[in-house]
Amino acid sequence: MATHEVTFPIADEQEILKLRAGDEVVVQGHIIGLRDRTQIRIFDEGQEPPMDLRGAFLLHTAPGVKKVGQGAARGADPQEQRASPAAPSEMTGRPVPDPAISTTKYEPVCIGTTTSARMVRFTEPLGAQYGVRAICGKGGFPDEAIEPMRKHGMVYFAIVGGAAALETTQIEEIEEVAWEELMPECLWKFRVKDFGPLTVGIDAHGNSLYHDVQTAAHKKLEELYAKL
Amino acid sequence: MSIVATDLQQAVENAAAYLYVWALKDIPQDLRDALVAAKDRETSIPGKRVLETIVKNVAVADERENLVCQDTGIAVYTCRVGEHFPLHPTRIYEALKAGTERATLEHPLRSNAVHTLTRENTGPNTGYRLPIVHWEFIPEWDGLDVKCVPKGSGSENMSFLKMCIPADGVKGIKQFVLESIVESGGKPCPPGIVGIGIGGSADYAMYLAKEAIARPIGTRNSDPHVAKLEEELYELLNETGIGPMGLGGDVTVLNCHIEHADTHMTLNPVAVNYQCWAARRATAHVAADGSIDYDREAGWQPTK
Repeated sequence: MATHEVTFPIADEQEILKLRAGDEVVVQGHIIGLRDRTQIRIFDEGQEPPMDLRGAFLLHTAPGVKKVGQGAARGADPQEQRASPAAPSEMTGRPVPDPAISTTKYEPVCIGTTTSARMVRFTEPLGAQYGVRAICGKGGFPDEAIEPMRKHGMVYFAIVGGAAALETTQIEEIEEVAWEELMPECLWKFRVKDFGPLTVGIDAHGNSLYHDVQTAAHKKLEELYAKL
Repeated sequence: MSIVATDLQQAVENAAAYLYVWALKDIPQDLRDALVAAKDRETSIPGKRVLETIVKNVAVADERENLVCQDTGIAVYTCRVGEHFPLHPTRIYEALKAGTERATLEHPLRSNAVHTLTRENTGPNTGYRLPIVHWEFIPEWDGLDVKCVPKGSGSENMSFLKMCIPADGVKGIKQFVLESIVESGGKPCPPGIVGIGIGGSADYAMYLAKEAIARPIGTRNSDPHVAKLEEELYELLNETGIGPMGLGGDVTVLNCHIEHADTHMTLNPVAVNYQCWAARRATAHVAADGSIDYDREAGWQPTK
């Protein structure tokens, strides 16, 4: 089992193809955080994400954050969650910033990772329509993710669920927040340093550690039941 | 309301606010020891990597005074109320709710509470029937023990109930627990504590399973029949090979705890409630004069 350092977003598919199930990976560069609600908006409600997902590393997260210079946490006070970004000026004639991107600056309080299995159905369109290369979460994806990942050259990275104190120290900056009204299930852009260690749970060659572990466990159960 | 009662209500609120944050930041020593022992015992490469990361994460949470896990859960409290404790449970509930809100806004903590149908946020980790409080009443005593168990959703989602029949016997109980843990795979953040409730009724079995996860790790039920089943299941579960975070390995569970109740002659309920590795619990003792003693195991008693 090899150890790799990969920088995201990536342009070269070979970077993904050299990763094998069970390998250890540490990630540099930029990663994009999102969760259930964010992907429901993209795929079920048909709204284009206001961030480029080509070659991206997606993290299943709904982070605990606070506004820079303020004590109160977003996500803590429900009244605060109704806020939406300021509307752009119609009078200037200059290109206006994407109104979906927030002008508010946030800093991490505690950022961890959620259970991926709930979001497995988005794997195929994330690869096919947006060119996403890596999805990272905890607990793994069921077997239905194996074929889309093979077809579109994607990998699933297993992070250690619950290890949020450590994960937070690996996020250098929250560079961008879009769809702020979905707080905390917004679209987040994080700059990371030495993010990991991650384990390749599913590779782009049709291998899944989760499939292998489940197959072995079911075989073992037959043995154990016989002895009860 | 008398001045004494108001002060006492404030004391219970203070205890709740403190307990919620304390539980989230500082995991108990017995759990720390169990995680280190698991790391030393694990032989699979991904499994060992996971456990090393977990132990490192606990140290980082200590150093930075951050939460161990980002999932602040839903606050669940168990109150043991003495017969002579001079504050009515109605006011104790108000105080627990106020304390939960205060901790969420002041720390600040992520708020997870939503309406179960509209999914709209209902408050700072509070809402209709949130927090959840369980009550026990203790005769001839004037104190209050409050235990806070904020449990994350990843492991709470891995809860299972089966109404086995008497003819299924102990074998049926074992099979159901084994298949539940294998089916859960990596989703509940193993290795954790498998809480099992047996007997009683459908609702009470699940309550007992939840009680079981909040015991000091590796403690045994005082009923020798139940304690034997705890030992047997602990060994069987670690033979499944699910391993840390479901990536395969020797350590699938840190331990297995069972609580039981006597039941109907035609019932054999089995409830499974998984507790992730970040098994957070904190307890305070509030005296009748309002003084608070934060003691991790206050009020914990081996089951009869």
